[in-house]
Amino acid sequence: MTTAKRLPALTVIVLGAVVMVLPLLIVLNNAVKSPGDYSAHGPLALPHKIYLSGIKSFWTRVDFGRMLLNSTVISGSVAVIGVALSLLNAYAIGIGRIKGRTWVLGFFVLANILPQESLVYPLYYVAKQLGLYDTRWSLIIVFSVIQAAFGTYLLSSVLGSFPREIIEAARIDGANSWQVLWRIVVPVSRPTLGVLMVFFFIWTWNEFLLPLVMLPSNDNQTVAVALGVLQGQRLMDATMTNAAGLLGSLPAIAFFLIFQRTLTRGIAVGAVK
Amino acid sequence: MRARSHARGGGLALYLVPGALAFLAVIVLPFAMNVWYSFTDWQGVGSPHWTGLANYRRLWSDDQFWESFRHSLAMVLAMAVIPTALGLVVAAALFDFVARNFGSRIASLLRACFYLPQVLPITVAGIVWSWVLAPEGGALNALLKAVGLGSLRQDWLGDPKVALYSVMAVMVWVQLGFPVVIFMSGLQRIDPALHEAAELDGASWWQRFWHLTLPQLRPEIYVVMLWCTIAALKVFGAVYVLTKGGPADATDVPSYFSFATFFEKTQVGYGSAIATVMAVIILALALVGLRFQTRAEDAQ
Repeated sequence: MTTAKRLPALTVIVLGAVVMVLPLLIVLNNAVKSPGDYSAHGPLALPHKIYLSGIKSFWTRVDFGRMLLNSTVISGSVAVIGVALSLLNAYAIGIGRIKGRTWVLGFFVLANILPQESLVYPLYYVAKQLGLYDTRWSLIIVFSVIQAAFGTYLLSSVLGSFPREIIEAARIDGANSWQVLWRIVVPVSRPTLGVLMVFFFIWTWNEFLLPLVMLPSNDNQTVAVALGVLQGQRLMDATMTNAAGLLGSLPAIAFFLIFQRTLTRGIAVGAVK
Repeated sequence: MRARSHARGGGLALYLVPGALAFLAVIVLPFAMNVWYSFTDWQGVGSPHWTGLANYRRLWSDDQFWESFRHSLAMVLAMAVIPTALGLVVAAALFDFVARNFGSRIASLLRACFYLPQVLPITVAGIVWSWVLAPEGGALNALLKAVGLGSLRQDWLGDPKVALYSVMAVMVWVQLGFPVVIFMSGLQRIDPALHEAAELDGASWWQRFWHLTLPQLRPEIYVVMLWCTIAALKVFGAVYVLTKGGPADATDVPSYFSFATFFEKTQVGYGSAIATVMAVIILALALVGLRFQTRAEDAQ
């Protein structure tokens, strides 16, 4: 391809990439702009002075620190418990090669695909009966199981190709099945377990429907729900809306930068397996 | 003795017990309860009153339900068809044009830009876009005015005639990164010699894209279409934050319809019937899709 043709083609694709990030750049621009500046010069002008009070007042008004803590506790617990559940299931299916494992696996896949709308009312009702309603535990339990459905599916196919000689050797040396799992399978499959934990953490962080239903009180809400509810009430002015958009994006962007390589590699593995 | 039981794969089945119990409690049982509710008339208090197929009969003749399903098809277009088509072009352009002529660093930087919306919580994407699309003081209308296209300004999310298209555009933005990343990783397993040979024979970029890249990415295209279609049928958060199904139900989708029936109208029986129909459609699609996928893999 000649240089004359290369540059226009590059321009088109760079423009496309810019359109993808542009909304977030405009939000950043307006989150640090005073309301007076905004109404005088509109959303596209650069701020005349960096103004951080909008972000500060949003932070204190919604107790954003608390939302971050709730999201972190819930997502972190789901990452650990969900991976542990997936590992136990996959150990039985992938290495134990139990009877009818294709059916069992199919069941887990369908459980993960099931729309949450068809579970939400019974979960809400039962959580109320058990006194788990409006507690972070209700979500930790439910999401650990839902995420483990995907984890079981992915991990079973990974463990299915686990080198059997290693396991046989350990068995001959007298290791019981728990020791094989803990001392051999876990250390060898650590990279996959890591990818799963990152996935579970981010997916749970971004969940909306079940947290919306299960966590009505402000004290327990996650970042995603608190922002969704605020938006639904239409009470925010432009500066506050942009502060909310910015603060809501920052953790996601941070995870993305930290885990970028793991994530993009993992997505490809998960989809084509 | 131990070796023999291991050879049969026995012994490890016990490790399935915690998982099986948890699935029974959190997924199987609630799903069964939901199906049962769908045959009853229930406001969420007192005991459900058995009404047989009444909810399903009502559903069949409920225009709002059919309307919400038509919007689901629009979501399939916006979240599966368009992102897959665009994603193929973007991935191929990044992989064998940008990476080859301008270096792989620029290609992965651009890929990250396309993927970014995928990592945002959907509510954050919703907040960002509902402000960008706001009629007064929104960035899009300000931009149109600034470039002299002021006559195109709209109440993007508030006008029943344009709201669905606006939501669709937002969903394309949200979803595009997923196919781009999957297709780019798929392209890595294609032998570059094929492309070089075709290029030597004088094939243009489009010809190579059409006759080489597309056929070789068939497994990825299949997986992406299946998963994105399922995601499109389930879309909830975006509609909740952007429009709450409005204006005048113009953007209502089955998931939002069932949510509102459950928790705003507290017609639990009817809401369960909507959710059950949704589940059946999605599971049927998934079963057929996965079936074809394993068959295609076996054939290879």
